[in-house]
Amino acid sequence: MHSSSLGRPMPAASRRTVLRGIGGAAVLGAGIPLLSACGGSGTAADPKTVSLGSNASDAVPKKAFAEIYAAFTKQSGITVDVNTKDHNTFQEQINSYLQGTPDDVFNWFAGYRMQFFAAKKLATPIDDVWQKIGGNFPEAMKALSKGADGKYYFVPISTSLWGVFYRKSVFQQYGYEVPTTWDQLVALCKQMKKDGLVPFAFGDKDAWPALGTFDQINFRTNGYDFHVELMAGKASWTDAKVRTAFDHWAEILPYHQEGAVGRTWQDAAQTLISKKAGMYLFGSFVAQQFTNKADLDDLDFFAFPEINSAYGQDTVEAPTDGFMLSKAPKNKAGALKLLEFLGTPEAEQIYLKSDPSLVAASNKADTSSYTALQKKAYETISGAKHLTQFMDRDSRPDFTSTVMQPALQKFVRDPKGVDSLLASIERQKKTIFASA
Amino acid sequence: MTATPNTGTGTGTTSTPGTAAVPPPGNPKNVTTDQAKRLRAPLGHRRLLTRRDRVTLGLMAGVPTILHVALVWVTALASIALAFTTWDGIGFDSIKWVGLDNFKELFTNNPQFWPAVEHNVVWFVVLILIPTPLGLFLAVQLDKKIRFSKVYQTAFFLPVVLSMAVIGFVWQLVYNPDTGLINNLIGANEPGHYIDWIGDPDLNLWSVLIAASWRHTGYMMILYLAGLKGVDPALREASSLDGANEWQTFRNVIFPTLRPTNTVVLVVTIIEALRAFDLVFVFNKGAEGTELLSILVTNNIIGESSRIGYGSAIAVVLLVISLAVIIPYLIATFRKERRA
Repeated sequence: MHSSSLGRPMPAASRRTVLRGIGGAAVLGAGIPLLSACGGSGTAADPKTVSLGSNASDAVPKKAFAEIYAAFTKQSGITVDVNTKDHNTFQEQINSYLQGTPDDVFNWFAGYRMQFFAAKKLATPIDDVWQKIGGNFPEAMKALSKGADGKYYFVPISTSLWGVFYRKSVFQQYGYEVPTTWDQLVALCKQMKKDGLVPFAFGDKDAWPALGTFDQINFRTNGYDFHVELMAGKASWTDAKVRTAFDHWAEILPYHQEGAVGRTWQDAAQTLISKKAGMYLFGSFVAQQFTNKADLDDLDFFAFPEINSAYGQDTVEAPTDGFMLSKAPKNKAGALKLLEFLGTPEAEQIYLKSDPSLVAASNKADTSSYTALQKKAYETISGAKHLTQFMDRDSRPDFTSTVMQPALQKFVRDPKGVDSLLASIERQKKTIFASA
Repeated sequence: MTATPNTGTGTGTTSTPGTAAVPPPGNPKNVTTDQAKRLRAPLGHRRLLTRRDRVTLGLMAGVPTILHVALVWVTALASIALAFTTWDGIGFDSIKWVGLDNFKELFTNNPQFWPAVEHNVVWFVVLILIPTPLGLFLAVQLDKKIRFSKVYQTAFFLPVVLSMAVIGFVWQLVYNPDTGLINNLIGANEPGHYIDWIGDPDLNLWSVLIAASWRHTGYMMILYLAGLKGVDPALREASSLDGANEWQTFRNVIFPTLRPTNTVVLVVTIIEALRAFDLVFVFNKGAEGTELLSILVTNNIIGESSRIGYGSAIAVVLLVISLAVIIPYLIATFRKERRA
């Protein structure tokens, strides 16, 4: 096939022609990955098809999304051509993907990461869609879907939530109360240790879980506004406020599982499942590790306790996933229709029925089919005054991945060196935020 | 860049009608040979090149050249140029010239840079000091025609066949603090007794070097075994006739003849130390204690971070270190060849 594509039909095979065939194959072989790297499915502007780049490579969400698209096709007659990539690969290739020939609609995250691509003109504003779906979402979600220019770029679909997860049976067995203040939390940690439990399960091998711990302690200590300024690179990491947050963290760090930097979050979750640990500060997707139905029913969470009464528990970390419209969609009309459909409570319900670790972004979605955990998560999110995304979604990814992840791993291991650590973070931050 | 008529041969013109008057060099008989006959039948020793030959040769020389230039030289030079810029990878107009800023930042502010350089050096020293002599030792033993020699060879060489990523994955299972083999055997998976082989910066480099040595030993063994097979048996015989014992024979007779193998071993080990990446990346992504230059490059360039200028600056440092090692070696080698 390769040799015939070079031109005339092949004469009797001599060594030379075989070699030429191989050479041709090598050229083509080298060319194919380059071409396919440009991404995008090559569908021409077919008004009946919308292409969609998906990062939903896990079985549960993949199936759930497929059901949504099927419902959309039924309603509108437009087919959704889904191009699914491995979740992490999708994230790592996002820059080149969006610059190449991306699909019409693509999966992405709310907040800074969305605003970054909007500002780079790699996404198309969708204000028209929001005129129709605006009523389906609470104010906090609307704010999360806007670019820095005030236009809408994002349709949220599902939200996870960060809190302190625990097993009801363990709390019952030892007679523990859910702590609502810092002092109660510290006292509970001490008691758990006395009872032979690991108070906080913890695994930071992947380097991002510690970012979540810092987020909770920082916005409880210093409030949402300061947290946002810090994430945006405006507030200084050498500010005394940041130091106070780290002091709080250092106070409960001895009650965290040892050897955290060598442990994955999945292994840490296992200690909670096996009732060796009392609590686990993590995202609600920890529920995916609870494969046994009885264990899952036993899982509950509480919001991280109040540290400063001025802020109480008013902020909730609720990373939101959703969809965006690429820079030059081939079938814009169809893509807008799809986005509009994705913003309806109907679409959200289809999704959440199949993935119980998340809750709907819309406040119009029917919550009757929710599990107890989902209901509580939903209430916590809708009762929040402020929503944050997660450090690596609220700040520049280059800063969080190359500076904050190693720095917090270092802090978790050796909390004494915090001053020089913060000075180093601040120096590196200045360089990174100075570069456009 | 497609085939040019002269590529690869000095006699390229002979087969084209009209230029056939030019005699092929070296054979005066050709001048009197009938032209038509010459064109029709390329006779054995005459090696006339047809148009197809030239195209083939052109492609064979040209395609690799294009690929080499595009994939090696252009990219290397582009990274060097990018090392003096900042660029987020989106659109060429966002490339900004910053002079030496990236290097200044790297040398003074990056807490991971100097440890990374140190670890690359430690990597080399350890590979030279432990698996290399061990590989030589195994090779000498296996060269003695002991029973099951092939089985041992296979067993020791097997780790080399595995990809580094697989090795990293297997060893991080062994070192897992909770469920790993080692901590379970020595009872260090209980609170208060944890030994964090993967996360503790005083331990993790050595843990990962054990895995690297495990593989490198087999590699060195095969190289030395090949070298030993090439040693003239007459040397051993002469040596034993002279009354030398086994150790003396090895030290004074065999080892000196392994000199070419030693050179290869040295070069291979240096390359292994500089390109060390996959094992650590799978093991713990280069957390504190196991930072390596290659991992810093990846963390800064790949993925969403896209600090392409800064990452290129680290890559340039790695390139300079490689050149500093390779150039003296090449000079020495060429000098020896010229003398020989």
